[in-house]
Amino acid sequence: MTSEPDGSHGRPSHDGAKPDSALVVEHLTKRFAERVAYEDVSFDVGYGEVFGFLGPNGAGKTTTVRTLGTLVAPTSGSATIVGIPLSAESGPAIRARISIMPESPGLYLRLTVAENLECFARLYELRDVRGRIDRVLQAVNLTERASDVCGALSKGLRQRVALARALLSDPEVLFLDEPTSGLDPVATRDVHGLLDALRARGVTIVLTTHRLEEAERLCHRVAILNTTLRLVGRPDELRAQLFSRNLEVRTRTQLDEPGRVFDGLAHVEGWEQSPTGSYVLNVTDPDAAAPGIARALVAANADILSVAESHHSLEDVYLEVVDEDVEAKR
Amino acid sequence: MGFSWVRVGAIVRKELRDYRRNRFVVVTMSFLPLVFIVAPVTQLFTIKLSMTSARFDDRIGLALLFMLILPAIIPSVLSAYSVVGEREQGTLEPVLTTPIHPEEFLVGKALAALLPTLAVTYVIFGVFLGAIAAFAHPAVASAIFERNHLLVQLLFTPLVAGWSIWTGIAISTRTSDVRAAQQLTVLASLPPVGAVALMNFDVITPSLGLALGLAGGPLLIDAMAWRVVAALFDRERLVTGARG
Ligand SMILES: Nc1ncnc2c1ncn2[C@@H]1O[C@H](COP(=O)(O)OP(=O)(O)OP(=O)(O)O)[C@@H](O)[C@H]1O
Ligand SMILES: [Mg+2]
Repeated sequence: MTSEPDGSHGRPSHDGAKPDSALVVEHLTKRFAERVAYEDVSFDVGYGEVFGFLGPNGAGKTTTVRTLGTLVAPTSGSATIVGIPLSAESGPAIRARISIMPESPGLYLRLTVAENLECFARLYELRDVRGRIDRVLQAVNLTERASDVCGALSKGLRQRVALARALLSDPEVLFLDEPTSGLDPVATRDVHGLLDALRARGVTIVLTTHRLEEAERLCHRVAILNTTLRLVGRPDELRAQLFSRNLEVRTRTQLDEPGRVFDGLAHVEGWEQSPTGSYVLNVTDPDAAAPGIARALVAANADILSVAESHHSLEDVYLEVVDEDVEAKR
Repeated sequence: MGFSWVRVGAIVRKELRDYRRNRFVVVTMSFLPLVFIVAPVTQLFTIKLSMTSARFDDRIGLALLFMLILPAIIPSVLSAYSVVGEREQGTLEPVLTTPIHPEEFLVGKALAALLPTLAVTYVIFGVFLGAIAAFAHPAVASAIFERNHLLVQLLFTPLVAGWSIWTGIAISTRTSDVRAAQQLTVLASLPPVGAVALMNFDVITPSLGLALGLAGGPLLIDAMAWRVVAALFDRERLVTGARG
């Protein structure tokens, strides 16, 4: 079930060529005493790619991000971050070129938005601190709140300040650990808008999330992690890989002899009736199969309502993989 | 990627801003010094010249001792909180994701505790001396203004504070509870005060040479402390919250 990272990134110029990968992760494992946080994780992320990490609670997403952000040392395996091999000594050099927005914003609540950002701008030893702060505040639409004390901000606004903080140093790779967790739909849409803008600017982003529609919408590729890496690929590839292609046929009344209609049609490998009364046909190529199916239905005097590709969301993919793990553990 | 004073400065500045708006810190910083000025001044104003010279000296010693408890106690409030407090607030992880070295973080924390401590202690000591000069009996005043006493006071203030700060930060890096850190730190801040007490009560004669010699110990500790504490600083444990 596990597919190897295929290196096909969102940007056509990258053919998975290793040297210009922002992240290369090979057989990385982290154990806390006897508890395994994640195991044998390998993938790579190209520059300009938005890479999603999906997985249930406790899957090891945060620990993976912390490892790549040099906050936690891996138990085994190796990783290269923006071309620098991960090691005990390379921490500061790596951290200078990436940034992480952690699960909780962790702002200094007695300091203002601008003061929080100023502190971090100096921790990155940035020049033109004022200019930088103005720019990131503009990017997250918080310019008017610059002198508000962080303790007085709503959760959504705090999240945006944390995002601004992560953008201060113009990181080559931006790690976002559940950037929209606990946000209402409007605040979530705002954050998505910001991420869209970053994506358009070609910022490399590694995003962990529980929100599948978020991953589907924002990410060029996603990885499904459940202690081990279960799948890596583009959302549409994962769907295709996991679910054989189907066409759904809906008719006004039940067919008298569906077997006589569907059996032996070109490109049709099998069929079954769904609980809703429609017919789901297993096909090799939907475009090639559909016309023949329509003709056969007409010939059988059926009242056709629709012949359509049945759609699987990333959620179906996710549940398929994660349920499989739950069953395996029983 | 060497040691950066810019990053140290960022931590110091942020801490000082935070203290100013933290009611607990402001109250402690203003209330403690009041206690520590009222007590010794009362000690000295109630001295009767008919006392034996030994009791007289004890009173003087006690009064000056109060002045040295201040630099031990004030920073312990700040330093005990320094690491474990940020960890509990959840602000430690973002800081550690920046290129900061543990040494820079710790030196920043130490300076941020030292600066207000020195300011408060010296101001209080100045007020104390002023009060003595203006209102106390000339015999008391001349005993206080004795050169050795003043020197011990001025020299030991930063040393006692330094000891208190570094033990506090060390405890703060290794405990997982703010209150435990605070209690341990107050205890740990007392030994140098004890040493000074021996001198003030003339159990040890406070000669200049001895004072300098005694100062050498804490000085060495203060100078080495940041390396020792940096070695105790376990980024992974602090971030993942694994209770060790
Ligand atoms: N310090 C630690 N000591 C022991 N186990 C730990 C520690 N930190 C994390 N773990 C374990 O490692 C596993 C992965 O945790 P992690 O926080 O990375 O998961 P996650 O995918 O981010 O989960 P969530 O979706 O809830 O944020 C969990 O089983 C967790 O209990
Ligand atoms: Mg997590």
